[in-house]
Amino acid sequence: MVTWLAMLIGGLYAAGFYLMLRRSLIKIILGLAIFAHGANLMILAAGNPRRVDVDVKIPIVPEGAEQLLQPYADPLPQALVLTAIVIGFGLQAFTLALAKSVYDRMGVDDVDAMRDPDLTEPPTRRDAQELVSHEELDSVAPAALPGTAVGS
Amino acid sequence: MFAILATLALAAFLAPSLTRWAGRRCGWILALAPGAALAYLVSRLPAVIDGETFDATVSWVPALDVSLDLRLDGLSMVFGLLITAMGVATMIYAAAYIGDDQRLGRLNATLLAFMLAMLGVVLADDVITLFVAWELTGITSYLLIGYDNHKFQARRAALQALLVTGLGGLVLLVGLTMLSWIAGTTQMSAMSAAAGSVQGSPLYGVVLAMVLVGAFTKSAQFPFHFWLPGAMAAPTPVSAFLHSATMVKAGVYLLARMQPVLGGTEAWHTTLGVVGATTMLLGAVMAFPQRDLKKILAYTTVSALGMLTMLIGIGTSAALVAAMAYVVVHALYKGPLFHVAGIIDHETGTRELSSLGGLRRTMPITAAIAAMAALSMAAVPPLLGAYAKQLVHAAEGEATAAAGYIYWTALATGIVTTSVAVMLAVLPFWRAGRETPKQPHEAPISLWLGAGLLATLALLLGPVAGTTFRPLVDAAARVAGASPSELHEETSLGLASTSHAAEPASAGALEGAADQAHADADHGAEHGEHGSGTLLKLVTIATGVLLVWRRDALLAAVAPVGGLARFGPEAVYRLSVIGLKSFSGVLTRFIQNGYLRSYIFVVLLATIVLAGYPLFSDRAPLPPLAVLDIRLYEGLIVMAMLMATLFATGTDSRLAAVVALGLIGIGVAINFMIMGGPDLAMTQLAIETLSVLLFVFILHRLPRFEHFTSLAERRRDLVLSLMVGAFFTSLVWGIATEGGESALSPYFAEHSLSEGKGHNVVNVILVDFRGLDTMGEITVLAVAALGVFGLMRLNLDKEKKNGKVA
Repeated sequence: MVTWLAMLIGGLYAAGFYLMLRRSLIKIILGLAIFAHGANLMILAAGNPRRVDVDVKIPIVPEGAEQLLQPYADPLPQALVLTAIVIGFGLQAFTLALAKSVYDRMGVDDVDAMRDPDLTEPPTRRDAQELVSHEELDSVAPAALPGTAVGS
Repeated sequence: MFAILATLALAAFLAPSLTRWAGRRCGWILALAPGAALAYLVSRLPAVIDGETFDATVSWVPALDVSLDLRLDGLSMVFGLLITAMGVATMIYAAAYIGDDQRLGRLNATLLAFMLAMLGVVLADDVITLFVAWELTGITSYLLIGYDNHKFQARRAALQALLVTGLGGLVLLVGLTMLSWIAGTTQMSAMSAAAGSVQGSPLYGVVLAMVLVGAFTKSAQFPFHFWLPGAMAAPTPVSAFLHSATMVKAGVYLLARMQPVLGGTEAWHTTLGVVGATTMLLGAVMAFPQRDLKKILAYTTVSALGMLTMLIGIGTSAALVAAMAYVVVHALYKGPLFHVAGIIDHETGTRELSSLGGLRRTMPITAAIAAMAALSMAAVPPLLGAYAKQLVHAAEGEATAAAGYIYWTALATGIVTTSVAVMLAVLPFWRAGRETPKQPHEAPISLWLGAGLLATLALLLGPVAGTTFRPLVDAAARVAGASPSELHEETSLGLASTSHAAEPASAGALEGAADQAHADADHGAEHGEHGSGTLLKLVTIATGVLLVWRRDALLAAVAPVGGLARFGPEAVYRLSVIGLKSFSGVLTRFIQNGYLRSYIFVVLLATIVLAGYPLFSDRAPLPPLAVLDIRLYEGLIVMAMLMATLFATGTDSRLAAVVALGLIGIGVAINFMIMGGPDLAMTQLAIETLSVLLFVFILHRLPRFEHFTSLAERRRDLVLSLMVGAFFTSLVWGIATEGGESALSPYFAEHSLSEGKGHNVVNVILVDFRGLDTMGEITVLAVAALGVFGLMRLNLDKEKKNGKVA
C-alpha cells in the first residue's frame, strides 16, 4: 500500500512545487492546494497506514467495548490531518481573496510585474494607454531626436 | 570598591531626571559621583603607595572560572585617579558648555556610564571582566562621539571609532582567551607568575599580536591612529575626557598591565618601540598643519600615546616610571588644553587657528591656563611636564631595540611638539586681535575651574615632584614590571636633587642599575649626550619657534605631499567599509531578492542535497518488497489522480484546472477511506466541494493562464520538481520500512471512551485531548474569514467609489 501511496505523494509534491515556481499568482495558489493534498497524505503515510476492513478497523470504539480493539487504524495522524485540511481550506480562501484583490488593484497576475511601484492603483483603460505612450516616449525620444533632425 | 562602581551606575541612571530638575546647575551635583570615587581612591592612596593591594571578588561564571574580580594596585590607582579627577572636571564643564540643550541629560548619563566602564577597565583583575568593561567603553564612546546625531559627520566619526576599536576589541578577546588558556588563569595578577610558560609557548607570537592589535586600536597607534582625529566631532567635554585622559589611555594601560606577562622579549621591544616611535612622530607632524584647535590637540594626543607605547616597549624600570609619569602629566596638560579649546569655541564661535588672536585681553584667565598647560607640554621647568620629560629622556637612552630610530624620532617630535605648544598657547592669545564670529569675553567659572585646577596642580607638583608625585608613579611602575631595587636606588638619588640639574645624575644612576653589559657599552655616549643636553634643548625650542614663525611658507612648500593622505590607512578603512557595504548589498539582493520562487528554489535544492544525501547513502531508493502490493482499484485511483495532477499542471484552461483539482481532492478522500479514516474522508469531500466552488467563483474574474517564464526556466523547474517528487517518494518508502507503531495512539485508544466519553477516537482527540489545538485552529479560521471579508469589502468599496467618480 505504501508503494503507490509514496508514488502518489511524490507526484503531488512535484506538481505542487512546479506550480509554486511559476510567476502567475493563480498558479502559485493552485500549486499550494496540490501541495497541501500531498502533505496531508504524507502525514498519514508516515503513520503506518493499512487497509481498512482488510488489515485494520476504523478508529471508533464499537458498542459494548471499553476501548479500541486491535488492530485499528492509527487515530492520531488522522486527527492531525483533519486539522490540516480545515486550515488548508482557510489558507486557500484567503489567498484566493488576496489574489483577486491584487488583480483588481493592479490588473496583473504576474508576481514580477507587481513589483512595479506604479501599479498600486488599478489602471483604467485611459491610464493604461497613457502608461504605454509614456513608455514609448521615453524609449523613443533619444533615438528619435536625430531622426527628426534628419527629417527636417 | 563595588560601592564606587555602584555609585557611578546609580548616578548614570538618575542623571537624566536630575538634569531636568537641576537645569544648568546639574554639573555641580553630578560631579559628586566621580568626586566620591576620587575621595575613595585618595583615601587608599598611602596604602597603595606602600605596595598594598585591595581586592574584591564576586563570583560570576564559576563554571568557566570567570569571576568579577576587582583589584586596586599602583597601576589601577594612577589611572583611576586620572579618570575620577578628570571626571569631576568634565561633569562641571559639560553642563556649562552644553547649556540648555534637551540632550544634556542623555550626555550626562552617557558620560557617567563611560566613567563606570573606564573604572571597570582599570580595576578589573579578571581578563573577561576587563574585556566586558573594555567593550562598554567602546559602546559608550560611540554614543558620546555621535552626540550630535543629526550631523552626518558626527555619526560617521562615531561609527568609525566604534568599528576600529570594536574590531580591535574582538581580536583582543581572542588574544586574552588564548593567554588565559596558556597561563591557566584568567586573573591578570596571577599571570605574571606564568610569564615563562607564556613566552615559551609556541602561541606566544599570536597572543602578543592579538593583544597588541587590541591595545593599538584603542590607543590610536599607527596605522589605526586615524579614528582619533575623526572623533573630534564629539562635543569638546567629551573629547577632553575620552581623548586626553581616559579611553585612549586604556590601550596604554593594557600594555603596562601585560608588560610583566608578555613583555621583555625581542618582539615586544621592537614592535612597541617602532610602532610607538612612528606614531609619536606622525602625530606631531600631522598636528602641525592643522587649522582646527581640536584637531591639533587630537594629533598631539596621538603623538603622546605613541611616546607612551614606545616607553613601555623599551621596558626598563626607568622607561616604565617615565611612562607612568607621562600618563599623568599628559592628562594634566591635555585636559586643560581641550577645555581651553572648548572655551575659545564657546566664547568666540570659532576654533579656526587663523581667525583667533589677541584673546589675552578679553580672556585673561583662560590665557593663563593655556599658558600653564602649554609650558608643561613643552617641558619647561618648573612644571611637572619638565620632570616627566627628564625621565622620558633618560629612558629613551636605554632602548635596546631600534635605538637609533627612537633617538631620531624623539628628537624630531620634540621640535614639532614645541611648535605645536606655541601654536596652541601663544597664537590665539598673544598675537594681534582678529575678528571672531562672536564678541569674545571671559568664560564663566564653571567652564574654567576644572582646567584651572588641573593646570595649577601641574604647576604646584612640579617643584616637589620627587617627593610627592614620584612615589605614586613608582608604585604604578612596580606593577607594570619595574624592579623595586632599581626604583629605590634611583628614587633616593632623585630625592637628593629634584631640580632640573638632577637630570644627568639621575640618568647616570639609572644606567648603573641597568643591565651591566649594556651600560658599559653605552656609558660614554650617554654622558656625552647629556652634557650637551641643555644646549640640545635650547636648539629644540628655537627650531620649534622658528617653525611656527615660518609656518605659512612651510605649509605651502609641503602642500603637494598632503595628497599622499589619500593613500593612508584611513583610505584603507574607508574602502573596506564601502566594500563591505556593497558586498553585503549584493549578497542580500542575491539571497533576499523578494522573489518567492527563488526562495522556494533554494529551499528545495537544499532539501534535496542535504536531506537526500543521508537518505540515499543509507539505503537504495527502492520500495521495500514487503509493501509491493497494489490492488487493482487502488491502482486505478492512483492513476486517475496522477493524470489529474498532470492535467492541472499543464492545462491552459482555468476551468479544466479547477476540475482537475477537484478530482485530486476526491481521490484524496477515497484514499482516506481506504486507510480507515471516515471522518477525514467526509471532511475532505465537504471541503473539496467548497474549495471548487470558491475557485470557480473567483477564477473567472482573474485573467487567463499565461506563460510568463521562458521554456528553459520551465524545464529547469520541471527537473527540480521531479527531483523533489522522487525525493519524497523515497522518503515515504524509507519511513515505511522503518515502520513502528505510534507510542501515543494506544493511550488515546484506551482512554477515549473512559475519559473522553466518546466512541469516535479521532473526534475525542480533537475536541478533548488536544482541545486547545482545535481552539487555535478555530481562531486561525476566524482570522482568515475576517481577512477574506476585509479583502472583499475593500474591493466592493473601491468599485462603488470608482462607479461614483465615473
